[in-house]
Amino acid sequence: MSPLLSVRDLTVAFGKDASEPVVRGVSFELNPGETLAIVGESGSGKSVTALSINRLVDFGGGRIVGGSMRLTRPDGAVLELSQAEERTLVDIRGREIGMIFQEPMTSLNPVHTVGAQIEEAFRLHRGLVGQAARQAAREALDRVRIADAEQRLRYYPHQLSGGMRQRVMIAMALAGNPRLLIADEPTTALDVTVQAQIMALLAELRAETGMAMIFITHDIGLVAGIADHVLVMQNGVAVEQGRLDAVLDAPQHDYTQHLLNAVPHFSGGRAVRADGARAEGGERPMVAVKDLVVRFPVGRGLFARNAGAVHAVEGVDFDLVQGETLAIVGESGSGKSTTARAILGLVEATRGTVDAASGQGGRPIQMVFQDPFASLNPRLDVESLLAEPAIAAGRRIDAALRERMGFLLEKVGLPANCLVRYPHQFSGGQRQRLCIARALMLNPDVVVLDEAVSALDVSVQAKVLDLLIDLQREFGLAYLFISHDMAVVERIAHRVAVMYAGQIVEIGGAGAVLSRPRHSYTRRLIAAVPGMDRRRQRYDVDTTPVPSLVRPRGYEPPQADWIEAGPDHLVRMETA
Amino acid sequence: MRIVRDIAAHPTGRVGAAIILLYLLLALCGALGLTPHDPLQQFRIDRLQAPSATYWMGTDLFGRDTASRLMIGIGHSFIIAFASVGLATLFGTLIGLLAGWWGGLADGLFMRAMDVLLAFPAILLALLIIAVTGPGTFTSIAAIAIVYTPIFARVVRGPTLSLKRRDFVDAARTFGSSQRYILSRHLLLNLVAPLTVQVTLALAWALLTEAGLSFLGLGTQPPAPSLGLMMSEARNLMQQAPWLLVFPGLTIMLGILGFNLCGDALRDILDPRTQRRTA
Repeated sequence: MSPLLSVRDLTVAFGKDASEPVVRGVSFELNPGETLAIVGESGSGKSVTALSINRLVDFGGGRIVGGSMRLTRPDGAVLELSQAEERTLVDIRGREIGMIFQEPMTSLNPVHTVGAQIEEAFRLHRGLVGQAARQAAREALDRVRIADAEQRLRYYPHQLSGGMRQRVMIAMALAGNPRLLIADEPTTALDVTVQAQIMALLAELRAETGMAMIFITHDIGLVAGIADHVLVMQNGVAVEQGRLDAVLDAPQHDYTQHLLNAVPHFSGGRAVRADGARAEGGERPMVAVKDLVVRFPVGRGLFARNAGAVHAVEGVDFDLVQGETLAIVGESGSGKSTTARAILGLVEATRGTVDAASGQGGRPIQMVFQDPFASLNPRLDVESLLAEPAIAAGRRIDAALRERMGFLLEKVGLPANCLVRYPHQFSGGQRQRLCIARALMLNPDVVVLDEAVSALDVSVQAKVLDLLIDLQREFGLAYLFISHDMAVVERIAHRVAVMYAGQIVEIGGAGAVLSRPRHSYTRRLIAAVPGMDRRRQRYDVDTTPVPSLVRPRGYEPPQADWIEAGPDHLVRMETA
Repeated sequence: MRIVRDIAAHPTGRVGAAIILLYLLLALCGALGLTPHDPLQQFRIDRLQAPSATYWMGTDLFGRDTASRLMIGIGHSFIIAFASVGLATLFGTLIGLLAGWWGGLADGLFMRAMDVLLAFPAILLALLIIAVTGPGTFTSIAAIAIVYTPIFARVVRGPTLSLKRRDFVDAARTFGSSQRYILSRHLLLNLVAPLTVQVTLALAWALLTEAGLSFLGLGTQPPAPSLGLMMSEARNLMQQAPWLLVFPGLTIMLGILGFNLCGDALRDILDPRTQRRTA
């Protein structure tokens, strides 16, 4: 049997300069029905490789300067994709090679209903119009397990959740019955339980249709359950490729070993930190949060009274002692970031208290944000950026302050002479180090880290986590670590609080919560995390929707009952 | 400064900057009295002379030298344009910044007031103001400044709305930075690029508006020379002395072209997409 796609020495360059190609000499073969995972970090050339196959790379200014890509067409003829005319490629895209992208919001047109967009795909690829197209669109939504297909067809993209939108994208990609589906980080923007649903769906669809897949990802754990072959890319070169088991169990290249070992992988609570256990009963907490409630009114108008409120955070209690990391995990919309922002005073709490020890600098709680590109003013140099907390506290830039800046820059692993540089001259990981140094300027007791490593590449993520742990030990910092990523949480947390629909549903020692989850949501969350050692596991499509957080005016939730599941392990009683 | 180098390297920005520099030089010479002839002196024998070696751009009905009058007129127009745009930038930025920052009722009141101003055509609004206060240089400056204030308020308000939601503003709040510090360091500093472009383009419009007001007899008063006034006086002599119309017209056109070319070049240079590459 001839391979569906045979790529030899693919070399792709951007711009006029062909001497520095971004993809250099990548080769692989893909048989019908097989799945190839291309794994790498940003800038590794993995997406460029994928976009070269359907020649979308041409539209981004890329050129294929060498190598061949031979596609076997349904009639058995072999087409050289690198030489093909645009006219031929238009027929190939969608019909023979389908594609889904990372961001399902931007790949759907916001002014058309999803029904119209799916029908369009069927019109283009199969020539279906009118009633036939509508029928096909309905079937396509059924196929991607969207309930109430008839109604959903009339929805606009913004009325659907991220997971739903990605399903719609998959339905559109499958409209032409492609024999090859290219999925470019299709789950990166999604929550972990939704990610598991999409992965399960893709696996089922592959079994139903027998299509081949190329799956591009930065997360080697994610593809462990779905890929037949793995190709690891670094700096535009394929450093290792082979069968899945061979690559995962006996990695040959240093970089693959690094990806498998240095990078956080979730291991069900077996890799939690052993240091910094909480002293029995004694210590005074650095921060104590009591009955924190944040509600946002909805339906506010000039004359209309508030119809109700979004109960974003509802009765959250926890405390944090010196040198301890409490991780708050949960999915988007669970209220974990709002909790952090309420503690910092960035949103107003409706009720509840945040008691913090007074601290040395007057502002004992500092924060590091998710996006290191957005949290540094691009027009200020490093000196001004680092000085800001001190200036806000009424100090001036003097020798002592400069000395402190130099000291902290060294601590976070940046050269002391970078004070005159601007944020754009740093990489994402370096910027996040800057943000950490800035947060430490006034000797805080507590640092709130809101998804602080989520935007970083996996190997950078590992280094920043190590840095955070070192700084914690050295300065006795307490961390409130907000994250959706269980693998990262397992690395850094002493204690874990799981948030769901604005409430903490389970809280306790990291080892206990992660290895012996008691609440049904915690179990679902942990079951959804992809992992190397779970590659044999079959994903089940779980579509439990998150309950609406909009409550009528004056609604008060019932008092929570807590079950003690062990020493330092509390679980909220579930109402059936 | 890098911005000067970038404009010099920009193909059309270079041309625009050259025109503006030439005009500034001419205006400076005019102000220092370095004109070929006295711009106000009437050479009665040489009335309506065509351009010649003595009178480079001819003479008008009263025998005054067109070239000398143009040099003075350019200076006059520039003073009015720069002063009015300066005032408009100051007030527009302040209004837009505070409206965007405060939001809510203040935003609504400020911006609706700006909308009312914006609803009138520029010349009509200027006419209204001058009708109330009487013509003159200072009235022209005030009128043009008021006309262009809403444009700056709008240009500033949009980015302010998006900037104030950026993480670095939230970060500043967590440090306890003062409102003044946040507004000046985090917002204004990031508004410099869009403002620079807008100022340059507004200078071109202000030049045209000033010429229009003078043409209608509401700006600079005779006998002081002004570009619009010169065109107005030449209007009836178009058949006999076309140079009286052509040279002021060309002067206005070239000046506007110069500012527009500079504005376009600045837009290219300050565009964040191209900036990342040059940075």
